[in-house]
Amino acid sequence: MRIGIDVGGTNTDAVLLDGRQVLASIKTSTTEDVTSGIVAAINGLQQQRAFDPAAVQAVMIGTTHFINALVEAHRLAPTAAVRLSLPAGASLPPMVDWPQRLVDAVSGRSYLVHGGHEFDGRHIAELDESELRKAAEDMGAHGVRSVAITSVFSPVNAEFEARAAEIIAAQLPDVAISLSHEIGRIGLLERENATVINAALRELAAHIVDGLAASVSGAGITAPLYLSQNDGTLMDVDFARRYPVATFASGPTNSMRGAAVLSGLDTCAVVDVGGTTSDVGVLRQGFPREATTDVSVAGIRTNFRMPDVLSIGIGGGSRVRGGAGDVTVGPDSVGYELTSQALVFGGDTLTATDIAVAAGRAEIGDPSLVAHLDRDLVRAALEKIAADVSDVVERMRTSAEPLPVVAVGGGSVLLPDELADAGKVHRPENYAVANAIGAAIAQIGGEVDRVYAIEPGRREAVVEEAKQEAVDRAIAAGASPASVGIVDFDEVPIPYLPGNATRIRVKAVGDLQLGA
Amino acid sequence: MREITIDHLDDIARGAAILGTGGGGDPYIGRLLASSAVRDHGPVGLVPLDEVGDDAVVLPVAMMGAPTVMVEKLPSAEQVGLAARTLATYLGKELTHIACAEAGGVNSLIPVVAAAQLGLPLVDADGMGRAFPELQMVLPTLYGIRATPMSIADEKGNRGVLDTVDNHWAERLARSATIDMGCSAMISNYAMSGTQARESLVPGTLSLCAELGSAVRQARAEHADPVARVVERLGGRKLFTGKVVDVARRTVTGFARGEAKLSGMDGDAGSEMVLKFQNEHLVAERDGVPQASVPDLICCLDRESGEAVTTEGLRYGQRVTVIAAPADPRWHTPEGIELAGPRYFGYDIDPVGVPA
Repeated sequence: MRIGIDVGGTNTDAVLLDGRQVLASIKTSTTEDVTSGIVAAINGLQQQRAFDPAAVQAVMIGTTHFINALVEAHRLAPTAAVRLSLPAGASLPPMVDWPQRLVDAVSGRSYLVHGGHEFDGRHIAELDESELRKAAEDMGAHGVRSVAITSVFSPVNAEFEARAAEIIAAQLPDVAISLSHEIGRIGLLERENATVINAALRELAAHIVDGLAASVSGAGITAPLYLSQNDGTLMDVDFARRYPVATFASGPTNSMRGAAVLSGLDTCAVVDVGGTTSDVGVLRQGFPREATTDVSVAGIRTNFRMPDVLSIGIGGGSRVRGGAGDVTVGPDSVGYELTSQALVFGGDTLTATDIAVAAGRAEIGDPSLVAHLDRDLVRAALEKIAADVSDVVERMRTSAEPLPVVAVGGGSVLLPDELADAGKVHRPENYAVANAIGAAIAQIGGEVDRVYAIEPGRREAVVEEAKQEAVDRAIAAGASPASVGIVDFDEVPIPYLPGNATRIRVKAVGDLQLGA
Repeated sequence: MREITIDHLDDIARGAAILGTGGGGDPYIGRLLASSAVRDHGPVGLVPLDEVGDDAVVLPVAMMGAPTVMVEKLPSAEQVGLAARTLATYLGKELTHIACAEAGGVNSLIPVVAAAQLGLPLVDADGMGRAFPELQMVLPTLYGIRATPMSIADEKGNRGVLDTVDNHWAERLARSATIDMGCSAMISNYAMSGTQARESLVPGTLSLCAELGSAVRQARAEHADPVARVVERLGGRKLFTGKVVDVARRTVTGFARGEAKLSGMDGDAGSEMVLKFQNEHLVAERDGVPQASVPDLICCLDRESGEAVTTEGLRYGQRVTVIAAPADPRWHTPEGIELAGPRYFGYDIDPVGVPA
């Protein structure tokens, strides 16, 4: 048995699974301290279906906590960014393009020192260890508690980042250190930004992870705890302490992964309809397609792995305006005030939920309060919702092949049974807790993303080498060797570089090795 | 626009990406460098081409190397200034104006950095009116202006001056030096007098970038069609709207060559377009028939947002509109075609022009 928990901004959802069978599921309110909400959720499962805590083999938690902490600039550690690049890069220092509010929130300090690699592995400059020691001294004097180290071309060669970490750790043994090559890809500013964000969240991560672990063990569960990552794979708690940034987009990812399991479709579009928005993503071989462009988080450009999700402002709380001929739905929403403002709850705002109830698609609130609605308006509003969602699904499709659509989330009653172009809409059971299920069935992954100089006739060998390394990394992270397979492969030649330089990305994924 | 302030830079970057015709690199780093240079040194004066005096000493500057490297090993403002000063010293002249070698991508913004850093005015003009991959592919070549002497500078302070027998040798030797310098170098070449600049450059380039960028921004704010505004401003036409269904890339002698297949949407449903590129888009074929080719501009824009899609950024599933716009008429002379027509890039077709 395993337990999956999704801690969202509003709800904490939990499921108890045996294999892929849902034994119990519950929705509770997220609490300010998070942990008591989790305790309540586990208790709720226990009440629904009594289980022996010792029989639980793993607990998987997905949380939006860390991204919220960044957006709200809340409890971020005083952080220093160290960049190994001089004499390059001095004109654009770390955090150059950050909102000032966030620079202040992390008390951001930057240090530029000599080092870094050229694209082909030569050194831009030798690492100047005395410079680094001086920087460490200054950090200590200014109360820096977490350090982000970024070296030019570290995804190709990480030796300078590792050495700089040793030097800083020797002088400041209590600071947390984050290394950019473990966090982002080629693209220095974006990778550095992601690393600084990670560093700023390290203290909070330790605190939250301790809290999560305590609430799980408080329920008598001794099984290991995992957190779900942006790409739909799991990390253990030790990894989560070190890489909180990897949990940033786990919310939509968990919903998508859960939708795949519930529907039995591993290649599909997933529409997750919430209160304010509908998020549309695409699953390929069971995993969310990743965004290939840079992703902005709280106004900061980053390049870590994020799912490719398109959102539109249509959800259960969307305001409905106009008449049958000119109806609009959203993008504004009554949000959490749905239960006071929507007509079915005695309010005076026409919302998408009222439309669904009037059409007989859902039983929410008091249906008699929407019985008077003009039938043509109800039909037009539903058609408008279907057309807008269908358009987003269509935009996310990547081939002419029809892509099945799976609808999940509480607001999915708004969608019709058929969408133009996409055909039948699949509505799996337990759709409302798809995210917790997605967390529970997450797998373990390993990734390689590097620039290779491919000598003539060596392409096959290089590709094999990269694939093997990704597989090895997945196994090292806890995947059961027999289950590991390659789920993503991408090869892009880099223009203007000699030696047929090619950027290769490979991702391997396998099942978590349970109770070994 | 008589001077470039920080407020203009987003528009210029967005417009430059469009004139980059798929190449020219992501202008993001250029925009950041330019804004930090303008913040440090103040706005950059922009001089219309016809106001440049006969005896002016005009130096175009540009970045040479791999955009992928530039986003990792960030260039410095000093590096650009160093390239220009090195060439001026070699020529024994006091330089008076900075110019753009190409309009498109990062190289529309690097000259802003140099001008701010050196405290010099920038000429509102460039050597191509678009972006091309090789350094001899500028209109000044047609006027007998030599690429060399040219300077090249890296971020470490290494500098070189090349004086070559022709512009093709300049391209070849500069490319080798660039690789040794770590694939992201700043260059200054095609030094010219004001008289030569007025005769050989394409006027109004930076203003055009700013106008294109602002047209796209405003169209989006007004919920109008940004692509239509771009077509209107460039005097071009829409070629095709479709979805990217296949992208094949390979590296040939250091350049990314490839093809993108688009499957038609809207009014183009049922048809297919193939874009052939070498960093920049070179030929656009509809159902096997060329619709536009170099030297005219083929721009691939996001169908909704009007933002330029670079050839590196092309990916399966994108919804794009391909537009074509006429190049400067001098590119359509026999000499211009020889320098940058389809045959130079290995396509055995006559140039397919877009009526101006």
